[in-house]
Amino acid sequence: MEIDLAFIWAGLIAVAVLAYVILDGFDLGVGILFPFYPEEHDRNLMMNSIAPVWDGNETWLVLGGGGLLAVFPLAYATIMPALYAPLIAMLLALIFRGVAFEFRWRTKRGKFLWDWAFAGGSLVATFAQGVALGALVQGIKVENRAYAGGWWDWLTPFSLLTGAALVVGYALLGSTWLVMKTAGDIQAKARLQARLTGIGTLGLIGAVSLWTPFQNLVYLERWFAWPAMLYSGIVPVLVLLCAFLLFTGLAGKRDYVPFLASLGIFVLCYIGIGISFYPYMVPPSLTIWDAAAPDDSLGFLLVGTVFLLPMILGYTAYAYWVFRGKVDPDEGYH
Amino acid sequence: MFETLDATMLARIQFAFTVSFHIVFPAFSIGLASYLAVLEGLWLWKKDEAYLKVFNYWKIIFAVTFGMGVVSGIVMSYQFGTNWSVFSDKAGPVIGPLMGYEVLTAFFLEAGFLGVMLFGLKRVGPKLHFMATLMVAIGTLMSAFWILSVNSWMHTPAGYAINDVGQYVPADWWAIVFNPSFPYRLVHMVLAAYLTTAFVVGAVGAWHVLKDDGRDRGARIMFSMALWMAALVSPLQILAGDFHGLNTLEHQPAKVAAMEGHYDTHAGAPLILFGLPDDEAEVMRYAVEVPKLGSLILTHSWDGEVKGLKEWPKEDRPPAEIVFWSFRIMVAIGFAMLGVGLWSLYRRWRGGLYDDKWLARAAVIMGPSGFVAVLAGWITTEVGRQPYTIYGLLRTADSVSPLEAPAVASSLIAFIIVYFAVFGAGVFYLLRLMRRKPDIGFDDEDIGPTRTAGITPAPAVDADRVMNPAE
Ligand code: HDD
Ligand code: HEM
Ligand code: HEM
Repeated sequence: MEIDLAFIWAGLIAVAVLAYVILDGFDLGVGILFPFYPEEHDRNLMMNSIAPVWDGNETWLVLGGGGLLAVFPLAYATIMPALYAPLIAMLLALIFRGVAFEFRWRTKRGKFLWDWAFAGGSLVATFAQGVALGALVQGIKVENRAYAGGWWDWLTPFSLLTGAALVVGYALLGSTWLVMKTAGDIQAKARLQARLTGIGTLGLIGAVSLWTPFQNLVYLERWFAWPAMLYSGIVPVLVLLCAFLLFTGLAGKRDYVPFLASLGIFVLCYIGIGISFYPYMVPPSLTIWDAAAPDDSLGFLLVGTVFLLPMILGYTAYAYWVFRGKVDPDEGYH
Repeated sequence: MFETLDATMLARIQFAFTVSFHIVFPAFSIGLASYLAVLEGLWLWKKDEAYLKVFNYWKIIFAVTFGMGVVSGIVMSYQFGTNWSVFSDKAGPVIGPLMGYEVLTAFFLEAGFLGVMLFGLKRVGPKLHFMATLMVAIGTLMSAFWILSVNSWMHTPAGYAINDVGQYVPADWWAIVFNPSFPYRLVHMVLAAYLTTAFVVGAVGAWHVLKDDGRDRGARIMFSMALWMAALVSPLQILAGDFHGLNTLEHQPAKVAAMEGHYDTHAGAPLILFGLPDDEAEVMRYAVEVPKLGSLILTHSWDGEVKGLKEWPKEDRPPAEIVFWSFRIMVAIGFAMLGVGLWSLYRRWRGGLYDDKWLARAAVIMGPSGFVAVLAGWITTEVGRQPYTIYGLLRTADSVSPLEAPAVASSLIAFIIVYFAVFGAGVFYLLRLMRRKPDIGFDDEDIGPTRTAGITPAPAVDADRVMNPAE
């Protein structure tokens, strides 16, 4: 049997993007919640809870983008121009929030500026990512191996809705992260926020899910055709289960449960999108196999990935382990 | 003016602008990561707290620089798709996997251990912490390895085939990675990063030596270590540059003709020291030249033939007006660095390294010189590749994304505003961090809030406390 390298790579890229979404998701979420914690002490703590890991989290974004160039160059070459404006907005926003991690400790007078850069950057980056996702779901027009649409095509009510959904979703991840990593007043506030954003996230997931099939009839078929319905029916049920765990977790004592439950919700939504897309890479124009690089490229990178990805996961886990537990208010080198 | 500002030109300006900002940070962080590893190693080995203090001093500066490197780098990895989508489609199968390896072997390594290096000493202890520092340093070097392989392949493509949809596809990975110009470019760039860092460290050391007559031990350590680097590495760099140039002559003779400012082919070509190249009229105006020296340097023979730009049709030539000057700026800085290095050797031999005010002043002035040389070097290399993105294969004009000029223009303006504001602030904070006295370290009260409780005059306390001045 021949190994379908393109298929394997589609899976790996999907995993990289998922890793990005949930990892950078929670630290962007912390940024989105920043304005609701005006106390300097709280902000320092929030920042310290993510400072040692944010860079690693963002590296998954580079793997997603760089990986796409390596293994699906045609997808990279058509998606990037199609999503030009939201992507540029995301990159600029990530600059503001990325430098804020260091800059806000380097000045007293200007600190509030970098706090705003952090919060605003997180918000805009998240919204832009959500818009980009929505625009991809709507579909991208490709002719002669090039993007064939206009440069405002990404902007629709649907993509604005997905943008908003992602903002609320990341805020849920951020607030449950804070429930897990902090104690006392901050934690109490985060619990409340997690409840609110939890309800918001579920509502928006519902809205987006109902709207998505109408973006493209293929999606409708995919979800409601037999036997796909069998497992596409399971996903919503599991989402509800996670939601249950989220809310009971928020009421209970085990502070890590809400975070894990909201990660679960994200993973499931992601699988849902995967069901809609497959076998397309750039719906409705390019399938995985249309976009794939030649097998020589796929194979060359796969050999290394098989060894390196477990190592990366290993030392990433180690870094998280080193900084496990509640954040100590007195720590940090700043 | 405006008719030349089409989408392609704007995309070029945007790429050049963003990458030029980016490279400034790696040039410093590659060198600084290695320097930190050396400092921490010296501390563990000699048990001398002074090294630890210098380590902590530069660690914070490293963190700020690194953060700016990361965010400007993420922009770069998306610029290929947003600005050069045709190039990405065609070259992706070859260069994409190399960049993929860069992420897997370098970026994750740096990022994974950066947190431990910056915040983790108390949690993991000195040995593991030293390992984290080493991993960060190795990561920066691996990153340079892969990205320079990619870039070199664009200059001297090898090991590829062309498939039926016009993509460049891999035929021989070894030949791709170790393409002809790669070894030269890697050595030259890594040495450039080390020199750049050495001159920044040297300038900070010199500044504080000047301010209190060399009483500050940390400042003396910086000053002396940096000048050793200057003395040892700048001759190596000049040598590496010479080899690099000979390699370029072999593979990209038009670039060398532009660098040397030769329009006509000569046997026994002069070395043009200065002049004003005029691409339109194809002459070098006001040339100051040394007869025959050009041939001697490039062909190692007095009468060797050196090709001039007129050998190529006008549309295939790089613009000599830029390359000629950027090359001279780099070389001049290289020799100035050598001069400072030799001067310091003389001072060590005669005694009084820390008393020579003029040497210290020269070191302060030379502080930013590495950045200028690095930028000048890259401009030489990249502009000299024009009009191609992949030399001899794919023209820049055929690489560009199908974007409309207003879209590129507005994003370019946004980049310019954001970069100057954000990175301008960053440079300001860096300079302020460098103003701290090395021996006292954290005296500047506006540097951070969590420390206000314990401004400990350093030496008397135990290692843990020095590592975590926050307590
Ligand atoms: C010679 C070295 C060198 C050169 C020529 C480049 N870079 Fe770079 N880059 C680095 C050396 C480096 C580094 C030392 O690894 C950095 C700098 C600071 C840092 O955080 O890592 C980095 C960071 C960095 C990051 C962030 C990594 C992270 O998330 O940790 C990305 C995505 C890129 N770069 C991408 C690029 C691209 C697409 C380039 C070409 C156009 C490029 N770099 C040129
Ligand atoms: C990091 C240091 C670098 C600097 C300062 C630099 C500088 C430049 C400059 C000034 C240009 C514009 C040339 C012109 O249009 O006349 C350019 C173009 C370009 N460079 Fe580089 N470059 C660097 C590294 C790289 C690397 C590592 C790559 C590839 C991996 C790369 C790929 C390109 C591409 C695709 C273009 C666009 C096409 C073009 O305009 O020539 N550059 N660069
Ligand atoms: C004085 C002696 C030097 C000589 C003869 C020299 C020579 C060269 C040459 C010929 C190139 C162009 C390579 C190409 O064809 O693409 C180059 C590029 C470059 N130079 Fe230099 N150089 C010298 C000093 C320096 C110094 C002091 C620095 C920085 C501290 C530096 C940094 C660079 C960089 C970053 C590049 C672009 C990357 C590359 O192509 O390696 N050079 N140099």
